[in-house]
Amino acid sequence: MSYSIIGPVAEGGLKVPLCLFHVPAGFPSPAADHIEAHISLDEVLNIRAPHVYLVSITGESMQGAGIFEGDLAIVDRSIEPAHGHIVVALLNNDPVCKRLCIRGKDVILLSENPKYPPRYVLEGDELSIWGVITGSVRSHV
Amino acid sequence: MSKPPVFALIDCNSFYASCERVFRPDLAKVPIVVLSNNDGCVIARSYDAKPFVKMGEPYFQIKQKLNQHGIVAFSSNYALYGDMSERVMSLIESLVPGVEVYSIDEAFADLTGIDGLDELGRRIRSQVLRCTGIPVGVGIAGTKTLAKLANHTAKRLQAQTGGVVNICDPFKRDWVLRNTAVSEVWGVGRRMSAHFEGMGIKTAMDLAKTDPWTLRKKFSVVVEKTARELAGTPCLELDEPNPPKQEICCSRMFGKRLQELPPIKEAVATYMMRASEKLRAQGSVCKKLRVSIRTGMFNPDEAKYANGVIVDLPYPTDDVRLLTKAAVDALDRVFRPGFNYSKAEVLLLNLCQRGEYTDDLFAAAQPAEATRVMAVLDQINERWGRGTLRAASVPVNPDWGMRREMMSQSFTTRLDQLWKVSCN
Repeated sequence: MSYSIIGPVAEGGLKVPLCLFHVPAGFPSPAADHIEAHISLDEVLNIRAPHVYLVSITGESMQGAGIFEGDLAIVDRSIEPAHGHIVVALLNNDPVCKRLCIRGKDVILLSENPKYPPRYVLEGDELSIWGVITGSVRSHV
Repeated sequence: MSKPPVFALIDCNSFYASCERVFRPDLAKVPIVVLSNNDGCVIARSYDAKPFVKMGEPYFQIKQKLNQHGIVAFSSNYALYGDMSERVMSLIESLVPGVEVYSIDEAFADLTGIDGLDELGRRIRSQVLRCTGIPVGVGIAGTKTLAKLANHTAKRLQAQTGGVVNICDPFKRDWVLRNTAVSEVWGVGRRMSAHFEGMGIKTAMDLAKTDPWTLRKKFSVVVEKTARELAGTPCLELDEPNPPKQEICCSRMFGKRLQELPPIKEAVATYMMRASEKLRAQGSVCKKLRVSIRTGMFNPDEAKYANGVIVDLPYPTDDVRLLTKAAVDALDRVFRPGFNYSKAEVLLLNLCQRGEYTDDLFAAAQPAEATRVMAVLDQINERWGRGTLRAASVPVNPDWGMRREMMSQSFTTRLDQLWKVSCN
């Protein structure tokens, strides 16, 4: 190796986007010719779509819908929210997970746990729907 | 006859600040600024922060002002901005025939031959807003330079335009040209607009009407093209995906000043780890590298020093072990004690694609095992996260690392930092 000192260096270089290629390596396998596409939970749950987000659930009010504390919920922001959807709602800027119920002019955020009464959205409240929950993932260990 | 070209420029409004708001709805109406690496100075502002804070203002000087106006400051969270940018870009890609991602928050699109341009513009805007929460502006025109100008107008007249401006119509185009200062034209900097001022060129329309040949002689072919594009003649096309880079750079300020050699060596090894990842990701090898270090340049009380070394490598390589050794040894030759160092940079030079260089029959080449080891290294780090397997000289949590004291969570890229949604 040879070194040459060049004195002060001006700022330089270009920004390169963060990305990594898949580099094949390792040993050929006799099964290689018979591999079909791998099953991918990413695909099943569609979590790589640009409009899909993962959020983490706290609290117990949606247990009846099978959503528990610590679960991962999959939120789709491309779906038009409708009556009956489980949604991430922003109620006065707080993100909450509830079932959306629209009855005439009334909008109600329903829990799925008898301990939690329905929350009527009142005139002074600010409500927007951040996204629709399409699924959830829980760990059993 | 082929259809005349139509371009759109789609630009995210106050992108970094908008990203911070996606998972902080409580900040929807709170002004936000985002700070540069090491929380140095302001690099982004939400609309409502712009009247109070200038770009580039040093954070330590404006703390009180921020407090006074209730402005919230964030350290830059590039994991979040990068992820949100990818989402925005793939949504745009799904709606238009061709896209050139121009920067983290801007993309050109080719809309040639599409009917209902205004409607498409509005659809792009509403889809991106609904699916990401990021507001974008859309400018549509017959050339890239005009699309940029239309976008600027969409931003300036947000309320009247709904964030979408189409100036394919010559009357609208001329209105925009007449009502935009020449300094707002794409590629016209402050110095050039001063020049223009002297020539009586004040608006974009004045520039569009200036004789292109005069501009070429007086300035450059780039300025000539700008004027032609403003007048409606397309000179720039949608860029193809970037070819492999000819140089790869990794440079960062240290989180604090460093006086000793060992932590600087750690930093250089860390930067080399990243640079060599980029090198292998584009399938290149390098024959030369440059390492440089410097002190702060602005503090009048500190002694200033800057120096660099170029290292010729024994053979074209992408082996991080060889590259790190070369870079760290090179530091011995330029490090001088007694200075407060603020920054180091590694630059990989003379890149060529693997297999495209002529082997020297008698020179050593990179051993095949080294290439395999690098492939395994990259696989492990891709699977388990950057930095899982690294050179021993690269520390996990260096005390010289970047200062980011007000960083938001990695809401979209770290399982342990996901947004918490309450069922209470």
